[in-house]
Amino acid sequence: MDDRVRAPSAAATALSPTGLAAPPRRRLALSPVNRRRWQNFKANRRGCFSLWIFLALFILTLFAEFLANDKPLLVRLEGKTFVPVMFTYPETAFGGEFETEADYRDPYLRKLIADKGGSIWWPPIRFSYDTHNLNLPTPAPSAPTWLLSEEQCKAAAQKVGGSRCADLEYNWLGTDDQGRDVLARLIYGFRISVLFGLTLTIISSIVGIAAGAVQGYFGGWTDLLFQRFIEIWTSIPELYLLLIISSVLVPGFFVLLGILLLFSWVSLVGLVRAEFLRGRNFEYVQAARALGVSNTTIMFRHLLPNAMVSTLTFLPFIVSSSVTQLTALDFLGFGLPPGSPSLGELLAQGKANIQAPWLGICGFVTLAFMLSLLIFIGEAVRDAFDQRKTFS
Amino acid sequence: MDATATPLLSVRDLSVAFRQGGRQSLAVDRVSFEIRKGETLALVGESGSGKSVTALSIMKLLPYPAASHPSGSIYFKGRELIALPDDAMREIRGNDITIIFQEPMTSLNPLHTIEKQIGEVLLLHGGVTGAAARARIIELLTQVGIPDPERRLASLPHQLSGGQRQRVMIAMALANEPDLLIADEPTTALDVTVQAQILTLLKELQTRLGMAMLFITHDLGIVRKVADTVCVMKQGRIVESGRVAQVFQSPQHPYTRDLIGAEPKPDPAPLQPQAPIVVETDNLRVWFPVKQGLLRRVIGHIKAVDGVSIAVRKGETLGIVGESGSGKTTLGLAILRLISSQGPIVFMGQPLQGLKFKAMRPFRRDMQIVFQDPYGSLSPRMSVSDIIEEGLWVHQPQLSAEEREQRVLAALRDVGLDDPQMRFRYPHEFSGGQRQRIALARALVLEPTFVVMDEPTSALDMLIQSQMVDLLRELQKRRDLTYLFISHDLRVVSALASRLIVMRYGKVVEEGPAADLFRHPQSDYTRALFAAAFNLETAPEGVVRQ
Repeated sequence: MDDRVRAPSAAATALSPTGLAAPPRRRLALSPVNRRRWQNFKANRRGCFSLWIFLALFILTLFAEFLANDKPLLVRLEGKTFVPVMFTYPETAFGGEFETEADYRDPYLRKLIADKGGSIWWPPIRFSYDTHNLNLPTPAPSAPTWLLSEEQCKAAAQKVGGSRCADLEYNWLGTDDQGRDVLARLIYGFRISVLFGLTLTIISSIVGIAAGAVQGYFGGWTDLLFQRFIEIWTSIPELYLLLIISSVLVPGFFVLLGILLLFSWVSLVGLVRAEFLRGRNFEYVQAARALGVSNTTIMFRHLLPNAMVSTLTFLPFIVSSSVTQLTALDFLGFGLPPGSPSLGELLAQGKANIQAPWLGICGFVTLAFMLSLLIFIGEAVRDAFDQRKTFS
Repeated sequence: MDATATPLLSVRDLSVAFRQGGRQSLAVDRVSFEIRKGETLALVGESGSGKSVTALSIMKLLPYPAASHPSGSIYFKGRELIALPDDAMREIRGNDITIIFQEPMTSLNPLHTIEKQIGEVLLLHGGVTGAAARARIIELLTQVGIPDPERRLASLPHQLSGGQRQRVMIAMALANEPDLLIADEPTTALDVTVQAQILTLLKELQTRLGMAMLFITHDLGIVRKVADTVCVMKQGRIVESGRVAQVFQSPQHPYTRDLIGAEPKPDPAPLQPQAPIVVETDNLRVWFPVKQGLLRRVIGHIKAVDGVSIAVRKGETLGIVGESGSGKTTLGLAILRLISSQGPIVFMGQPLQGLKFKAMRPFRRDMQIVFQDPYGSLSPRMSVSDIIEEGLWVHQPQLSAEEREQRVLAALRDVGLDDPQMRFRYPHEFSGGQRQRIALARALVLEPTFVVMDEPTSALDMLIQSQMVDLLRELQKRRDLTYLFISHDLRVVSALASRLIVMRYGKVVEEGPAADLFRHPQSDYTRALFAAAFNLETAPEGVVRQ
């Protein structure tokens, strides 16, 4: 062992040689190792801020329906309360004529409610990801409303009984080539990207850790055969196969998840396998064997926690690569079904409509921001788990 | 040695602090000492007392800026080293002051040949290359006693034994004829026989080259053998210093007195010729196949344990001694059936060989093991109580939570860990000795009859070692335990073993009642082993490994 690295811990034991000074602690409290990791994580301020920003954005976008929706949050009418954002009401409930679902953006319905003295509470953005703005000031893709001149706004504003841009419903980041609000699509797109990335990461980690654990713990022929299989498997040109499969199957969230999972589980196998190979000869594993503890218990209780450190360090990077993969497929048109809010599709629109730079810029900024956050978090996690890191 | 001459190295009021997680902790606290030319100063103390950190700060090899020196100065040949810029320091390192580390396995780069490793030192400080360098390297290797040095030039570290690697390290340290050699526990990782050889070599080289030596060790026997002056360190401070003879004869500080009196007292369990046999093996073999070629055909075997027959009677302690690689540990693991072996193993009258995992389980309760490394043998992510009660979950799942807790507490009390709150802590919060006690509690909670002790005291400091030996002896008496005690430390074995087996190359060299064997060793090998362990004397050539 390198003496220079050991020196600080020797120093620590010198001062509290018995460790008796530590206060008694409850079982569920964060163990001191983890507490030091959390300190190390916080010491990387960039990573820490990134985590908070990411969490805030993620939780906000989880409630995207309450942020950007073409249905109001609440309608109060004649003493009754309607929650259109969560339940479906027919138009007749508000005194309309059709049994179909009420279209709250329809001026007719709004007038109906207003006439009866009812009130409507809208989310901050009155468009959902698939709402077409039927009152566009310019042909789609339309620029952000605050960039338009009064002259451009005039015709559309007159339709809603005004004369200036301020009277229009704002498309803060403009619309895409089908007249859908870019900001609403970004909010929903961020959510679906992150959810996809997280789900893919979690499932492929479970599969990868299980495979790596079995290989590393049992070694020998199991290991040999599994390793050869993985070598062959990873040499399959992934992208081409994805293109072929996604042109046969109808791509949806779960189909895409399955297809990407076929290849992404291998990324953790090597890491976990190495940890288990190393760990199975530790003396405490030997001691557990001498106690008669079964293989499964040894793997879960003694070896897995060791492998978790390197796995957790890797996770944020796997999330970001999953997000990138989904975006790439969407960009090529083999991803989520048409109409879904996706960052890749937005980028593709930006490429097709160079005259509308807000499409490409918005897609790029969102994606770059999200990936940067994930990478910064990943760096901080790596620092946190680094035993040797001493901050100065 | 002229006492009035200016000292070669003078350390005054040196402190070292480490910053970890925003907290400063003092590892070395205002330490002062001097070394004159040709003199040897020994720094003694338990692990964590700041010996190594002191030595590394002379070389300025600490992880700066996490480490810092709040006070003190280091004068080497009249130059102040602490304020010296890195460039100037590099000139001194490896040229005027050199260092040998403890672990010969990791101190050499595994990918460089011996010639390249030593050549690098020559190149960096003298610019010597080519034939001149080669001649100097051969000269150095001859000096440190490596046989056939021309042929060894192209060897890689893994082709050398531990002792030879340490010799290469010494050759590297001597390459530029330093004025001061720092030896940081250079023999701790080596066998007793090799340790004696290395110490003799260092002493001899020192007188020949006239260099000063700073010798760091926890072993007082070594201090008595090699040092002129000694500084005893405890918790970062020097508590006592002086000439070796004077300190040993009239130690002033209570800690020094404890250290000197820390030799384990011999009081082994008596022989029990009438007692039933607990474990018996007959011609037990552990052969690892050596495979070669495309079809992995077995072309030979490494015979780790080669035909060993033992019989341990109830209440006795069977000591197994030998150099590293002699198959001691393998034998212990084979008896517990933790590795596969051939030949019958009989435990309490029942044959164990060939039993499946599940069928073995009931026996596991009665046969337990305590390992050497207290840092590696406890899972770092489990609390002490989880560690100890794991065996109970397997063997007595019917116990209620409360009964289990009582058993854990009782086991902890038995090994001398009285604070009941301790069971909620994690292994890293304990010192080495305490951890070894926890490992012992894990084995004892099942109330076994037979415990294999695989070098349970080797990784501990002297003081803790003798406490551990006392504890083991007391537990044996109280619970009528049977021990298989594996160790290369003959002082500990002599304190515990009632019978003794000396192993070499997987075979039994000599066996018999311990008392007789220690008094009248029969074979040359045993004699050499005893001489090296008790008197730090080297054996004549050919008897032990080099």
